Amino acid sequence: MSSGTMNAETIKAEIEAAVPGCHVELVLNGSSSAQHSLVIDNEHALQVARYLRDDSALRLDFCSNVTGVDWLDAEVSETVKTKKLVDGVEQEVSEVRKTRTPGRLEAVYHLFSMEKKHGPVILRLRTADRAGGTTVPSLTPVWRSAEFQEREAFDLYGIVFAGHPDLRRLLMWEGFVDHPMRKDYLPPEENEDGDGRDQR
Amino acid sequence: MMLEAASIERTTEERTPVEAAELSASPENGQLLELSMGPHHPSTHGVFRMNVQLEGERVMRLKPVFGYLHRNHEQIAEKVSYLASIPYTDRLDYLCSMTNNWAYALTVEKLAGLAVPERAEYIRVITAELTRLQNHASLIGFLLQDMGASGTPLMYAFREREKILDLFESLSGARMMCNYMRFGGVRVDLPPQWVERAQALVGGFPRFLDEFERLLMGNEILMGRTQGVGVLPRELAINAGITGPMLRASGVNYDIRKVDGYGIYGRFKFRVPLGEHGDVYDRYMMRVLEMRESVGILKQALGEIPGGPIIDAKARLRGLRPKAGEAYGRIESPKGELGFFLISDGSTNPYRYRVRPPSLINLTVLEDMCLGRNVADVVVILGSVDIVLGEVDR
Repeated sequence: MSSGTMNAETIKAEIEAAVPGCHVELVLNGSSSAQHSLVIDNEHALQVARYLRDDSALRLDFCSNVTGVDWLDAEVSETVKTKKLVDGVEQEVSEVRKTRTPGRLEAVYHLFSMEKKHGPVILRLRTADRAGGTTVPSLTPVWRSAEFQEREAFDLYGIVFAGHPDLRRLLMWEGFVDHPMRKDYLPPEENEDGDGRDQR
Repeated sequence: MMLEAASIERTTEERTPVEAAELSASPENGQLLELSMGPHHPSTHGVFRMNVQLEGERVMRLKPVFGYLHRNHEQIAEKVSYLASIPYTDRLDYLCSMTNNWAYALTVEKLAGLAVPERAEYIRVITAELTRLQNHASLIGFLLQDMGASGTPLMYAFREREKILDLFESLSGARMMCNYMRFGGVRVDLPPQWVERAQALVGGFPRFLDEFERLLMGNEILMGRTQGVGVLPRELAINAGITGPMLRASGVNYDIRKVDGYGIYGRFKFRVPLGEHGDVYDRYMMRVLEMRESVGILKQALGEIPGGPIIDAKARLRGLRPKAGEAYGRIESPKGELGFFLISDGSTNPYRYRVRPPSLINLTVLEDMCLGRNVADVVVILGSVDIVLGEVDR
């Protein structure tokens, strides 16, 4: 395959050199596709996008796929053995420790280059949480192809794309309130019309 | 080898926005009329609405409205096993179930690391190129129907399409909803005499194309209605993520069959036709020229197809549990880049299932192409995009 995934680590270093102060995190992909992705901090996302599009070696002029992903709050429990004093005698006790990763929404961008014929380079923008802070910057000013796809992610996931020229629902009707692709979305019994909420 | 830009001769001058419209409605004596074209307009080929603002006949603003066929395909697919989504992918672009199957199977194979046997790869190329032939033939028929050529071109196109659907039926049991490909191969082997029948069809196809070209190529009305209409500049096409024949009509040499060489496309000799003007005429010509290239690929593939297994023996179809991770796979479907993005959490159904629909994304520039044109041109411009609402709305 001529257009394998480009070396994500190299691109990470290039972005960090080109956009000072930008925080880039490499997300490794354990599947056999080995398509690793880069998490870009929201503050520098537009600058990074412009750099990736305009850099003469990268020329990622084609933003192919834009979509949302919903990550729920996750609780990871691990059993840890510790030594404790029980009735004055030191004993080994196993304890369950729980670590919580807060839920968030993610916007994923698959970038290719029509000029250089390489790709994909995968960008991820993350929201602060799933309730109040669901804003990420819109990359539509850099790639028009994101226009409808960001609207779709706004519609179905509730990701607010700041700076999008026309952020309206794309597939659900006006007046619908929920975001049906969220993992905790429950369809109401009666949803023929109205706001999509249970009418009973 | 690439084809240099297809030489397309012009016999009529480029038209400017209709003068009659400019005369009848200027901001002083006219007023803006808001009109909903669709969702039940014959030219929209489904349920699609365009909110148009008109000054006389001239389009001042055009906003597409989607969702009439939305059934949340992606959510349904996230709730069932990997295998169970294959029949549902048939219903995305319901004219091209074979290529939809392929794009999905290809992505799952990337995710789970499955190999595809030689014979299955050949069958995939053959069915995909047959799909391209019938898609492009129908598109041309529909486009001419939209221009007022009632009946004849569409009937000619459908006559050829029926022959291809007969082949699909004898292969998969269904004419349109083929549900044919599987992870690591295809579902059933070719029936006896199938290759010979396909060869006969492919051998006779250029005759249909010649006939079609004689009927239409020098047609004054066709040129008048399409040349210089709905021009899409090269830079805008790239920035707006336009793919498929529509992109190549604007002169961008980008065909995923060449760029990725997925499957075994690297082995076949074919050219990528390119347009010069990016107008409706060039988009129409791209389909005509691509059909000729597809015929070439089919002749090679049907002649070379080897024996052997049709599915990877290690592929587990039911209860497939790919390792946690993600994959984006894409193919050159007849309408453009059809992509699937899958995230696995190690369970039996995908955590995230996303379809990258070329039909939807190619509509991004619909307004840009229609501004300043009249209403009748909107119908032709939309027709030249080649959309199927099953894929637009999902």
